[in-house]
Amino acid sequence: MLQVTDLHASVVDADEEILKGLSLSIGAGEVHAIMGPNGSGKSTFANVLLGRPDYVVNSGVVTFEDEDILELFPDQRALRGMFLAFQYPAEIPGVRPWQFLKAALDARREYAGEKPLSVRDFSKLFDDKVEAVGIDPDLVKRSLNEGFSGGEKKRNEMLQLEMLEPRLAILDETDSGLDVDALRIVAEGVNSLRSPDRSFLIVTHYQRLLNYIKPDVVHILVDGRIVETGGPELAMTVENSGYEQYIKAAVAD
Amino acid sequence: MVTPNSISRESDLSGGEYKWGFVTEVEQDFAPKGLSEDIVRLISAKKDEPEWLLEWRLKAYHHWVKMAKEQGEPEWAKIRYPQIDYNDIYYYAAPKSSTEAPKSLADVDPEMLATFEKLGIPLQEREKLAGVAIDAVFDSVSVATTYTEQLEKLGIIFCSFSEAVKNHPNLIKKYLGSVVPYSDNFFATLNSAVFSDGSFAYIPPGVRCPIELMTYFRMNAEGTGQFERTLIVADKGAYVSYLEGCTAPFRKTSQLHAAVVELVTLDDAEIKYSTIQNWFPGSKEGEGGVYNFVTKRGICRGVNSKISWTQVETGSAITWKYPSVILQGDNSTGEFYSVALANNHQQADTGTKMIHIGKNTKSTIVAKGISAGQGQNTYRGQVKIMPSAENAVNHTQCDSLLVGDQCGAHTVPYIEVRNPTARLEHEASTSKVSDDQLFYLRSRGISEEEAHHMIITGWSREVIKELPFEFAMEAGQLLKVSLEGAVG
Repeated sequence: MLQVTDLHASVVDADEEILKGLSLSIGAGEVHAIMGPNGSGKSTFANVLLGRPDYVVNSGVVTFEDEDILELFPDQRALRGMFLAFQYPAEIPGVRPWQFLKAALDARREYAGEKPLSVRDFSKLFDDKVEAVGIDPDLVKRSLNEGFSGGEKKRNEMLQLEMLEPRLAILDETDSGLDVDALRIVAEGVNSLRSPDRSFLIVTHYQRLLNYIKPDVVHILVDGRIVETGGPELAMTVENSGYEQYIKAAVAD
Repeated sequence: MVTPNSISRESDLSGGEYKWGFVTEVEQDFAPKGLSEDIVRLISAKKDEPEWLLEWRLKAYHHWVKMAKEQGEPEWAKIRYPQIDYNDIYYYAAPKSSTEAPKSLADVDPEMLATFEKLGIPLQEREKLAGVAIDAVFDSVSVATTYTEQLEKLGIIFCSFSEAVKNHPNLIKKYLGSVVPYSDNFFATLNSAVFSDGSFAYIPPGVRCPIELMTYFRMNAEGTGQFERTLIVADKGAYVSYLEGCTAPFRKTSQLHAAVVELVTLDDAEIKYSTIQNWFPGSKEGEGGVYNFVTKRGICRGVNSKISWTQVETGSAITWKYPSVILQGDNSTGEFYSVALANNHQQADTGTKMIHIGKNTKSTIVAKGISAGQGQNTYRGQVKIMPSAENAVNHTQCDSLLVGDQCGAHTVPYIEVRNPTARLEHEASTSKVSDDQLFYLRSRGISEEEAHHMIITGWSREVIKELPFEFAMEAGQLLKVSLEGAVG
């Protein structure tokens, strides 16, 4: 589903590269986790995949469902089924989550050649999902993310994930700042959406989210490269012995 | 909110151009170009006006001639435009077929009705169901007023200004010029001399007007000025919500619009006045467009009365208007909610004046300016607390949003406090549509243009939500169409 080959990227107008030849491959229905120390390029990678304009890709290839996506705008990538759950979702005054999600879902349905949902059907779906992810219904009547607590913002990201049902969901440190209850809701959301034709890329610093979501593959990212790939047991290794050994090995390179 | 799909389809059709720019071929009855005492007399005679009104017009005319000679047009606003030749304007243009006033819709020129259809103005039966009574002013003559009979049963008067002069002369005599005197300012004085029509509404004591009253203005004839006059009086305990919409066809030459609106509320009365101004803004290169010099003022004459102005200003090459409230009655309230947009070469200098005279008077100002292209947007506002205004309260909020890097936003607040018990707050902000916000929306599949639109209308929501529902939808669309080409 997602194929990344030798990806090099840096911040716009900066010389130093953050991603220095990252390669990985995610098959349909797989759940991958990317773990790594602070500053290893985890968030950069997640954002580059959706085409955030703050970053520039210097070289490498990224294909999604066999299509080269690096020339596509973020909205074009989203319409093809990619989704990013943000670490720091933007606050947008005066735009209600309902209105925003209706527009997003309509755009996606139109791209897929489907009719937009009626207001009534959409509202029902929306209300059900709001309840499922445990967002205070009063909150979604306010402005998008404005005045939301950290946990509320993350739940709102999960609400969007459940509503939009992407083919590939990238979760950028969705677990940071969450208490155990919220963590469980995120995990339940992901687990319930797992299916043979939907893949996940979970970016995280800690192993604890992986107690709830069992990944098929774990990658260790250090200094802009994948330095180790393994099964779920790799996350436990990191949990027990930290990233030191990988960092040392990377420096020794 | 309209669904984004229907908006984008709509805008595709318009191709980013002004889409209200069609011209209607209706025979016009013009007075000769230029301004003189004879023209003023002719306008008054055409309308079969009483002597006192002619006298009033002539006083205004002579005062205007003096103003023109001694001071000329006011120069304090941050707007630039070529000199207006006041002798190259038609001051009276009535559609010919209405020189004999239409008795009913059936008598109205079908071409004209088609124009209103194109504008989406609800004049016919289906719109009566929607509960809107409309006075449509085509150039300067009122064409048809719907719903009058139903309103009459409640004692509400809603008609063209000319009819009001004929049928309700005492009310006109009592209130005309009582808020905006004929000598008020250059453009109001010009209007007082040559105004040709407009709307009049009177709500009797204790009556809450059950429907929204609406006037739709459209300029059509080339080289005409439009000088309409609106007067609304809410008697004791009365309430009315009044809507005003404006469009003008696409023309290379500029058109002058100098209107006057006067509002009066007596004890416990309330007037809510909403405007969507979409006069032709000129071409992308800055050719043509309407010069919109308008004087709007209300007076809360009675205790506990309230006047609220809401405006969405997307049109006109130049906008010069400051809807104001004189808070004379104790405990009275004035409000001003505004979104003004200046794109391409548009210039908007707009704001409000809140004059506190009575005790415990309260005013709220929420002014939002959007600048795009090379547009220049100025908020100019005055809050004045007179010595008699014990415990007056004002809250002012001015927000500017910049789209692109060649536009400008300016804020010029004047505050004058002459009573130490007053409490005033002033907040101001300037922002740009942030890249984070855009990326967030786009990462969900929303196009760049739609994302901009969503952020901008969201930013304007505090004001738009003050509009009646149908108007709020229209306002959202207008913002979108007016900003096309400015983003991306």
